Amino acid sequence: MPPTTIRKTTWRPPSVLPGFGLTFGFTLTWLTLVVLLPLATLFLKSAGMGWSEFIAVAFSDRALAAYRLSFGTAAMAGLVNAVFGLLVAWVLVRYPFPGRRVVSALVDLPFALPTAVAGIALTALYAPNGWIGQYLEPLGIKVAFTSVGITIALVFIGLPFVVRSVEPVLADLGREVEEAAATLGARRWQVFARVIFPAIAPALLTGCSLAFARGVGEYGSVIFISGNMPGRTEIAPLLIVTQLEQYSYAGATAIATVMMVVSFSILLGLNTWQTRRHKRLGG
Amino acid sequence: MSAQPTQTESRLTRSLLIGGALAFLGLFLLLPLIAVFSEALRHGVGTYLAAVQNPDAVAAIRLTLLVAAISVPLNVVFGVAASWAIAKFSFPGRHLLITFIDLPLSVSPVVSGLVFVLLFGAHGLFGPWLAAHDLKVIFAVPGIVLATVFITFPFVARELVPLMMEQGKDDEEAAVSLGASGWQTFWHVTLPNIRWGLLYGVLLCNARAMGEFGAVSVVSGHIRGETNTMPLHVEILYNEYDFVGAFAVASLLALLALVTLVTKTYLEWRFNLHRGGVGH
Repeated sequence: MPPTTIRKTTWRPPSVLPGFGLTFGFTLTWLTLVVLLPLATLFLKSAGMGWSEFIAVAFSDRALAAYRLSFGTAAMAGLVNAVFGLLVAWVLVRYPFPGRRVVSALVDLPFALPTAVAGIALTALYAPNGWIGQYLEPLGIKVAFTSVGITIALVFIGLPFVVRSVEPVLADLGREVEEAAATLGARRWQVFARVIFPAIAPALLTGCSLAFARGVGEYGSVIFISGNMPGRTEIAPLLIVTQLEQYSYAGATAIATVMMVVSFSILLGLNTWQTRRHKRLGG
Repeated sequence: MSAQPTQTESRLTRSLLIGGALAFLGLFLLLPLIAVFSEALRHGVGTYLAAVQNPDAVAAIRLTLLVAAISVPLNVVFGVAASWAIAKFSFPGRHLLITFIDLPLSVSPVVSGLVFVLLFGAHGLFGPWLAAHDLKVIFAVPGIVLATVFITFPFVARELVPLMMEQGKDDEEAAVSLGASGWQTFWHVTLPNIRWGLLYGVLLCNARAMGEFGAVSVVSGHIRGETNTMPLHVEILYNEYDFVGAFAVASLLALLALVTLVTKTYLEWRFNLHRGGVGH
């Protein structure tokens, strides 16, 4: 050890820049007041309920149906977005075509458009007398007020998560490896399946998980198109609102807690998996 | 042209893929957007203007602007402070702090509203105290602001932390060693460096603040002309089968989204130009 090393006396390395105490203190205080304490209230309230009561309201038949619907449609929408999100990202990165910048901007529309607006617009399209619905109705295909409609709303909401996760990875992918594979006699689809896809799969999974997590909790864009029939087209966030309107705070809290635990577990699992992967790859 | 280059797809495949992607985007993104404006103007411009000028609609627009005017600056101050602490200093738990700041993104909007009802509602933790002092948070404007601040909490910090980390702290250290004070360093060195990133964050934060539905819906109480923001007003009109009214107010929000997207694209274009210039 060089003799000039200053022994650390503080919990962080010294810096010549001022303002750490002020900004860090403010950040921590504001974060605690606005985010952490309110979220903690939810768990506190759940913990105060007692185990049997919690189980009874959190896993009632109606709640179970709502979870199944919310998680099922979010997973379905995630799958659709995995395919089409990858397609859109691929086209945006690989093929220069006129109007590409406009198309790229359009991909972010679901981030910018308020969910309620998306909800009524999708309903106008897919209702039985709507723009698209009127042609599907004679074919016996019902979209609005079924789980198909909910899935469409969640595809809308989740698309940018997948595209924006895959795009940068696809853009950074070295073409040399693809060329090497082609030189060695691999066909184009083999190059895609064996070289390109494995490289972008983690980003694709990340994007889909983010879309899934968002879809599970989504409310505004879904409630207009879903029809909101208890047990059939009632999503979990709507059930929370219904419980609140009936002054059943315990019910709302329990269902919210279950949803939070599941979303956090998914995101935590994803995070851990990514950190491990980074370590293994030495990045 | 002699041989088909093997490392790219044939013309036909390419056209098919581009066509497929565009068809998907057209059906899922563009068509809903067109539907908003088309439904709003269904009975002509006169009806549209009347719907937008309805007193309840005007009150909703005013409330939405007020809520954004309070919550966006709060998040700017927080975002700048947080990114200064996180990007310019290293300390244990930095990643945990970033994770905590991102927390509101993974919470359902409805749950975000619910936690404030549990805190400040009539039966909430502080409910009795608030009632005793004649203060109203839930079913009133303060609750709407709180829920909006919670929902938009990470937006500015998320843009600034990576940007400021990338820029490093050499400029600031040089300024400080030349005798600049902390504030001078921030105003004259850091702020000019981050202004576009800050604007970008503000833009996204504002779009979400004005458009938030789920969280605000839970805490607002839906009192016409008083606690109805624009998205909530859209819902009320829609549920009353006043479709033109609902789509008229919705079209204003869609316009906001379009302005946000255009400005965002412009900023990204400028960023890339700028970044490319530095890189070479």
